[in-house]
Amino acid sequence: MSTLSRDDVAHLASLARIALSDAELDRMCGELDVILDAVATVQQAPTEGVEPMSHPMPLTNVTRPDEVKPSLTAGEALSGAPEAESDRFSVPRILDED
Amino acid sequence: MSDAPVSYAPSGGPDEVCSYEDTVAAYDPVLGLEVHVELGTKTKMFCGCPTEFGADPNTQVCPVCLGLPGALPVVNETGVESAIKIGLALNCEIATWCRFARKNYFYPDMPKNFQTSQYDEPIAFNGWLDVLLEDGSTYRVPIERAHMEEDTGKSTHVGGATGRIHGADYSLVDYNRAGIPLIEIVTKPMTGVGDRAPEIAKAYVGALRDLLRALGVSDVKMEQGSLRCDANVSLRAKVGDDPGSEAQQEVPLGTRTETKNVNSLRSVERAVRYEMTRHAAVLSAGQTIVQETRHWHEDTGVTTSGRVKSDAEDYRYFPEPDLVPIAPDREWVERLRASLPEPPAQRRRRLQETWGFSDLEMRDVVNAGAVELIEATVAAGATPAGARKWWGGELARRANADGRDLGDMGVTPAAIAQLDGLVQSGRLNDSMARQVLDGVLAGEGMPLHVADARGLAVVQDDGALTEAVNTVLAANPDLVDKIRAGKVQAAGALIGQVMKATKGQADAAKVRQLIMDTVAPEQG
Ligand SMILES: [Zn+2]
Repeated sequence: MSTLSRDDVAHLASLARIALSDAELDRMCGELDVILDAVATVQQAPTEGVEPMSHPMPLTNVTRPDEVKPSLTAGEALSGAPEAESDRFSVPRILDED
Repeated sequence: MSDAPVSYAPSGGPDEVCSYEDTVAAYDPVLGLEVHVELGTKTKMFCGCPTEFGADPNTQVCPVCLGLPGALPVVNETGVESAIKIGLALNCEIATWCRFARKNYFYPDMPKNFQTSQYDEPIAFNGWLDVLLEDGSTYRVPIERAHMEEDTGKSTHVGGATGRIHGADYSLVDYNRAGIPLIEIVTKPMTGVGDRAPEIAKAYVGALRDLLRALGVSDVKMEQGSLRCDANVSLRAKVGDDPGSEAQQEVPLGTRTETKNVNSLRSVERAVRYEMTRHAAVLSAGQTIVQETRHWHEDTGVTTSGRVKSDAEDYRYFPEPDLVPIAPDREWVERLRASLPEPPAQRRRRLQETWGFSDLEMRDVVNAGAVELIEATVAAGATPAGARKWWGGELARRANADGRDLGDMGVTPAAIAQLDGLVQSGRLNDSMARQVLDGVLAGEGMPLHVADARGLAVVQDDGALTEAVNTVLAANPDLVDKIRAGKVQAAGALIGQVMKATKGQADAAKVRQLIMDTVAPEQG
């Protein structure tokens, strides 16, 4: 049972900023379908009368006071960056305006 | 926030627009405004990094706001309180239980690849804000929701011929701003606005700014980007002349466009007006509006096509697993409600009544941003009329000419109260008072000191004044004859000469009195 169209996969790839060739699109379509089918098994679990749950612990209102904690230095912050310039992260050009 | 780009419309020449008159004659505009306000908390929304404006790049960042693996966000309590206060001030209901959500998009302004926001469970919803319009009427803006989220990082684009983003070779990102608490305030569709749409849009953002400032939750500096506005505009066919009529409300809404980052009150008004006239031109030509974001260009006063708007489902929202739900108990909410200041509109009504200002006078004072200054000046002992005259008149004019805020003129309410006292006691006349004000603005000290130093005082001595009047009368027999012949306006020239002879230190009304008493007692 195919649930994902080729267009769906192309759209998801564009949202994820992943460039896929035509051949890759075809392959991903099939592979993702298999994954979806496997996950669909979960949907057979009897959930009637069960509240949807996003958080397993019954906690609310975990907050902190508005007090400044030490930040990293620019050097520390950028230590893992593949490229940096003028204490800023350097990234491939982006298309939209800020 | 800036979302991921999807596609650009081809760039052509400037768009066609209709005249504003033709636009509102044929169409009924509907507005929707989204305002983002940066809270003035000391720390970010989910980590303890400071939020100071203008720090060196990437010095206010930590593993949480850089989205490093394993980092755990914790909510800023003051941020939640500010959100609740804003919701209450906007007459909203406050959620009894709500969650944060991840808004997923891949764009380097958010290092986590998602923005922590709220989706279908905003902390505040279903409110309204009354907005005072220039003609003295009120428009009630319906509020859909106010929700908590976080700001994004700041990109600088390097390379390219124009420095604009097209053709930029790469971008540099500073994450100091990423994670600063934002509240997004969204209106419901604002209908019944008719040809006043641009004015109402501007008035709403202005009223919101005043409200947020009064709440003390943000410094609300539009020029620093702590208050940002996105304006949604759509047109539908007009039915009859009453934009509020039932028949008009039954017409389905037209396709809307969203003009991003309209960041001054004047721009809000201009951008709404421009989009209305652009939509009208498209619709009148029998074409359809593309649902898209538009970019506002302050310099040219036009919008250009941005990108086709993403559907909400493209953001694949889901509940943020790292943050537990917020469930404000009612006691907390009521405590916050009790802490709210008097709403600006109510406060204005109260002050107007106390000060005895007319509607027009009060509106001028509000528009000049002088309410607080007048309040402080009256508290320092000035008459309300005197305080209004200085702040709403002379000083507002000078501030406007210099492009400065009234509060940054370098003159205090105490100084204006003293100046008003000198006028009220008769020590200074109007022109002297203005000279004294010049001195105060030039840093010569308080008004009394300036008046003494410059030797400014109305001549109260009738003997000296009578002598000056008699000298001028003797030198101008022709003018005296004219007055005797009934041409009373000829007295003006004589008064001018007396004022000149006394170096402006005489009371003009008194001079006039003396002249008329001498020349033509029966006409005085
Ligand atoms: Zn941080």
